[in-house]
Amino acid sequence: MNKNNTITEAQAVHPFDEHRDDEASKLGMWLFLFTELILFGGLFLVYSIYRMMNPEAFAAGSLHLDVSIGAINTIVLISSSATVALSITAIQLKRKRLTINLLLFTIFAAFIFMVNKYFEWGHKFELGLFPGGDAFNALAGGEKLFYVLYYFMTGLHGLHVIIGAALIGWVAWEVKVGKQTHDNFAFLENAGLYWHLVDLIWIFLFPLMYLIS
Amino acid sequence: MQENISNTPHKSFFEESGGKRGIFKWIFSTDHKRIGLLYMYSIISFFIVGVILGLLMRLELMEPGQQFMKPATYNSLFTLHGVIMIFLFIIPGIPAVFGNIMLPILIGAKDVAFPKVNLLSWWLYVIGALFALSTLVFGNGPADTGWTFYAPYSVNTETNVSLSVLAAFILGFSSILTGLNFIVTIHRMRAPGMTWFKMPLFSWSLYATAWIQLLATPVIGITLLMIFAERLLGVGLFDPSLGGDPILYQHMFWIYSHPAVYVMVLPAMGVISEVISTFSQRKIYGYKAIAYSSLAIAFIGYFVWGHHMFTSGMSGPARVIFSILTFLVAIPSAVKVFNWLATLYGGSISVKAPLLYALGFIFLFMIGGLTGLILGALATDVHLHDTVFVVGHFHYVMFGGTGFAFMAAMHYWFPKIYGIQYNMKRANLSFWVLFIGFNILYFPMMVVGVMGMPRRYFDYLPEFHIPNLISTIGSWILAIGLIMMIANLVSAFRKREKATINPWDGLTLEWQISSPPSLENFDEIPTITKGPYEYHEQK
Amino acid sequence: MSKESHTPHIVHFNTQIKVLIALLALTWLTVTIAYLDFGNLTVFIALLVAVIKSTIVLTYFMHLKFDSKILTAFLILVVVIFGVFIGLTFFDYALR
Repeated sequence: MNKNNTITEAQAVHPFDEHRDDEASKLGMWLFLFTELILFGGLFLVYSIYRMMNPEAFAAGSLHLDVSIGAINTIVLISSSATVALSITAIQLKRKRLTINLLLFTIFAAFIFMVNKYFEWGHKFELGLFPGGDAFNALAGGEKLFYVLYYFMTGLHGLHVIIGAALIGWVAWEVKVGKQTHDNFAFLENAGLYWHLVDLIWIFLFPLMYLIS
Repeated sequence: MQENISNTPHKSFFEESGGKRGIFKWIFSTDHKRIGLLYMYSIISFFIVGVILGLLMRLELMEPGQQFMKPATYNSLFTLHGVIMIFLFIIPGIPAVFGNIMLPILIGAKDVAFPKVNLLSWWLYVIGALFALSTLVFGNGPADTGWTFYAPYSVNTETNVSLSVLAAFILGFSSILTGLNFIVTIHRMRAPGMTWFKMPLFSWSLYATAWIQLLATPVIGITLLMIFAERLLGVGLFDPSLGGDPILYQHMFWIYSHPAVYVMVLPAMGVISEVISTFSQRKIYGYKAIAYSSLAIAFIGYFVWGHHMFTSGMSGPARVIFSILTFLVAIPSAVKVFNWLATLYGGSISVKAPLLYALGFIFLFMIGGLTGLILGALATDVHLHDTVFVVGHFHYVMFGGTGFAFMAAMHYWFPKIYGIQYNMKRANLSFWVLFIGFNILYFPMMVVGVMGMPRRYFDYLPEFHIPNLISTIGSWILAIGLIMMIANLVSAFRKREKATINPWDGLTLEWQISSPPSLENFDEIPTITKGPYEYHEQK
Repeated sequence: MSKESHTPHIVHFNTQIKVLIALLALTWLTVTIAYLDFGNLTVFIALLVAVIKSTIVLTYFMHLKFDSKILTAFLILVVVIFGVFIGLTFFDYALR
């Protein structure tokens, strides 16, 4: 029974599944997303204070970032958000194969994103622009801060991309074996929400890191 | 009174094994009652460790000059004392123990929304606690930074800061998941007919608390992660020579740690509302005001953190704003105190142990709260910041407040949880020894703090001697009171005197089910037709 | 309450595609703006575009438009609280 004392079509079919409450799962997932927002929010707070205190240094640091890769990654993530959203429509329309393909595309997009990230970071490591590296140590204080925040924030975000991709993979498997169906797809929906969060964070990270000057 | 339990004997939840044997019946249980008890036993164990650390500190402070410990040892002791008491006892305390055991029952549910996540919360708690305690044995010993881990010292000191902040990070997750669970439980699992304003006030307090746990804890998560990164990579996020600002650490630390004190006190106030109502046999005065004040405290409490930083170098306008907001947040707390007193006045009062602890709470929390206002005023805070006056203040609110409420909850719900009764006379006596010992221990700190004795110092000027001596003696009386109280409750298990299912004539749902409750709490989920405190309808 | 009480709401493929196109267009806008000079307003405008993109993702992809209003209410609460965190901290730094 949900709060309105009405039952979903699905629950009508499975009357003994009284422990299932999709609204509760969704609410739980949203609450978890709020914690993630605040977690990254803390870093955005640090970023905004230090940027206010070191405007030129942050602009200088931002110049070293490759806008094209950043933009491509933005497009990749936004597209993957779309495919996840489309997969929910697909499963509701009972198009199982399409659902799985859309989810696989999402994982592929995550992979592209991480490969790009690997090249971005790799390039900077080569230049010595990492904490402890020579070029890094030669930077002015404010610019060092920029790089630390860059690595921290994109690194933490990257970790969430990996976790999100793993979740999507798990869901894709559940769709394949029939555990997620057109009238029972809460896990898919909630995994999708997590993936959209990953996209949301990047929507803010991209301009704030790459497009300062 | 909702008559919906049969008179047939119920199998208690203790007797259900969920198909598991021995210790696995407990540590892999997803039953909210068992999980609550797991928390209870772990929390009380860590509390005792914290008490011992406190007693050792008081021994050192008994006389001026060094007694038996090095200054560095003293620093580690007060750090670990703080970490244990705050992260392992007071923050989880009432929500994890009594929230877990009682919340589903109070709202007419069989369990919380996510029982497996609930078990995970406990496991994270235990793992975090083990990390925290492991700092005693590894490397250069426990952190000596104070539980506040201020940069830059926390970045540079050789002691086990990394382990400690990792512990706090894991414990934070435990707290977040509990908060998440309770919010969904309260939104989705109230019994039919139980509207928001027919919910008991303890549930309201747990709801407000859960929102703080959810939204504030991630801030300290990320802050401690930054300290960890700084120690590991030497990157200088809070290092002024690299463009950073140590004050930013303080901002972020207190953005969590101030709301954390409302996590500590809101559930405590919820317990007090329940106890006051039951032991006055009266509907709580101003139910809605108390419910709303819980939400107000939670909300405003997010915005007062700067009052911990008045002398750190914040801008003038920032200090003024934080001071005003601090005074504002005191108002809803005062509303609750007035309402409790109004409930007692004209009520049919029975002075039993739970009520004694509740009255003790009101008295001690008032002192703590008023001294908090003294600290919240800018001019006086300049004089009192980082003196033992602050130590006195927060022990009055945290220990005299939440600690006493925890003990009230223990004595109130003990017969329901275990189905046995403790010795009432010895319970009352223990209370008095505790109460007297408490005041002798902490009141001198106000005196000597105003006189200027700094906190977190292992030594002090000779003129501060007598109050410190009195305080140490008070700590022994307090310890005796704690031993008496615990011994009394433990001895109830030997005597096994059965408790009735409603020894206090309460009206909330827990008093209508068997003691101990059965596994699913209710034979049948009740339908609620009236509020939780309709005592006047009994007559 | 959610329309899912009777039949779960299905967002059409077309709607999702339109949203995607809008987001890609706004991304193009974000990059373009960065190369134009708005002086002090640049940060503000970049953030504004990011907020618009986020709102679209939240509303459509994350289904908030079709879900229980309480989720949106909670989100607004969280954003407000976070906003005050930043605001009060700025009150310190900007006025030192």
